[in-house]
Amino acid sequence: MRRRVPPFGIGAAATVVLAGILSLTGANEYIFFAGYVVLQFVVLATAWNILGGYAGYVNFGTAAFFGIGAYTGVVLFKSLGAPLLAQMAAAAVVTGLLGFGTGLLTLRLRGIFYSIATVAVIFIAETLMMNWRYVGGATGLQLLRPSPMLPFETYTRMLFFVMAVVAVIAVAIARYIEISWIGRGLRALRDTEEAAECSGVPTLRLKLLACTVSGALMGVAGAPLPMYLSFLEPASSFSLNYSVVALAGAIIGGTSNWLGPVLGAILLASMQQIVTVTISSEMNVLVVGVMLVVFVVAAPDGILGLIRKLRRPRAAAGSPP
Amino acid sequence: MSATLLRVAQVSKHFGGFSALSEVSVEIAQGERFGLIGPNGSGKTTLINCISGSLRNDGGSIVFDGSDISGLPAYQRTRLGIARSFQIPRPFSSMSVLENLLVPLEYVVYRRSLHTADTHAEAMQILQSMGLADKADTPSNRLTQVELRKLELARAMAARPRLLISDEAMAGLSSTEVEEVLAILRKLNDTGITVIMIEHIMRAVMGFSQRVICLDAGRIICEGTPESIVKDPEVQKAYLGA
Repeated sequence: MRRRVPPFGIGAAATVVLAGILSLTGANEYIFFAGYVVLQFVVLATAWNILGGYAGYVNFGTAAFFGIGAYTGVVLFKSLGAPLLAQMAAAAVVTGLLGFGTGLLTLRLRGIFYSIATVAVIFIAETLMMNWRYVGGATGLQLLRPSPMLPFETYTRMLFFVMAVVAVIAVAIARYIEISWIGRGLRALRDTEEAAECSGVPTLRLKLLACTVSGALMGVAGAPLPMYLSFLEPASSFSLNYSVVALAGAIIGGTSNWLGPVLGAILLASMQQIVTVTISSEMNVLVVGVMLVVFVVAAPDGILGLIRKLRRPRAAAGSPP
Repeated sequence: MSATLLRVAQVSKHFGGFSALSEVSVEIAQGERFGLIGPNGSGKTTLINCISGSLRNDGGSIVFDGSDISGLPAYQRTRLGIARSFQIPRPFSSMSVLENLLVPLEYVVYRRSLHTADTHAEAMQILQSMGLADKADTPSNRLTQVELRKLELARAMAARPRLLISDEAMAGLSSTEVEEVLAILRKLNDTGITVIMIEHIMRAVMGFSQRVICLDAGRIICEGTPESIVKDPEVQKAYLGA
């Protein structure tokens, strides 16, 4: 029954190689500028789905983990001049611990109560950063980017490649969790927590694990943000937009499978980028709202659900509602 | 009588000011068929929630196979050998019938292995004995009431329990279906599994159990053989009113 890795491994390797080749060609710089954002949302949606999709705990706090990741990066850069990879590794540790801690405090809450608690985490984190002088407080911090590592021509190209690698790693982790015994346990507790516990599933431990991994990946996605913008300030780093797009990307794509958040995030973030450039930068928020409504009404199981329905039209039509 | 498997000693449970169980004590022997009856709201499900770990008891102790388990989370009690079915079926509704059984198999019996030939074979064997084999690949949210109740028992069995708690597995079933489930439980008991049965269908619980207790308002009002229980005036009062 168990499918062995090759097709996925080849796809993952091909993605990395392709991103590498692309970032070394003479393609327009804007592609990398926009592509970075799309990939960043692939990471966020994938990370969100580990807890929100597999375990059914809807987390609105993505922005908190993302922002703390960004601030961890900036603190390391400012104090030690640490290289990007070190910033990202530190962000993973910090936001992983944050995920574990908030999980410990909030995962005993179920359903909507858990979701509300996660929103609070954003405001706490944002307020803390706003009042921390070292990282620039409310006015933010201007940063001077170091020169890019060879063989990359510009820093943005390098960041694009780095984020592509992070996205592949995030998806590989999510997929591993999904197809392993951990995934079965998470699905069981999403369906019914009490019966899962009585079937030997250590529900609290699995939820904490999901929360930690999910938080760490979100932090890694945020760590390069200061370098990407050459600037960091609290209001935009902890923007609810990150929470909403991560969640919407996963839901639009389909939460049952690792591919869903990838497709959803690519679709949603690309649309946002296109609308920002062609219409207006305010309209891109509307895109998220409209698409979410359309999908919830017309395709509640997301793109994956649509594909499944198209593949088996007879089975779907023959089944009672 | 053989060795004690489960000893519930002076167990109490309060919800706010309401006392759902007050100092309930009962001992259940290895291999026994034990019946638990009582009117609605008398504390039957609360008692088995305390035994299975879904709830923590406020006072008293619960000793399983010689060790105090009152502080353990439910999943560890399941791993020690206590499995239960739920009064209102709670299938893992996103999974097929077979996958429902794989959860306890992977988390209790074959720890951390994934859908191997062994887990598959054992799951199919249990489904066969429950008469659910042809439903193995059916999504569990498409099952009928009877099938759901059998699935509850099948999933409990997949944890290879030494003590099986059946919480109203027969409610709402027709008399032939009741016979079917009773036969399954008797067969399990023959293999050495201790069974606690909670049931409203008197014919079923009285025919099945070797010993019965009756709970009323969180207290044991009567304990004895099925024959003595039905004649007990306290029990008649609890069920029929004064």
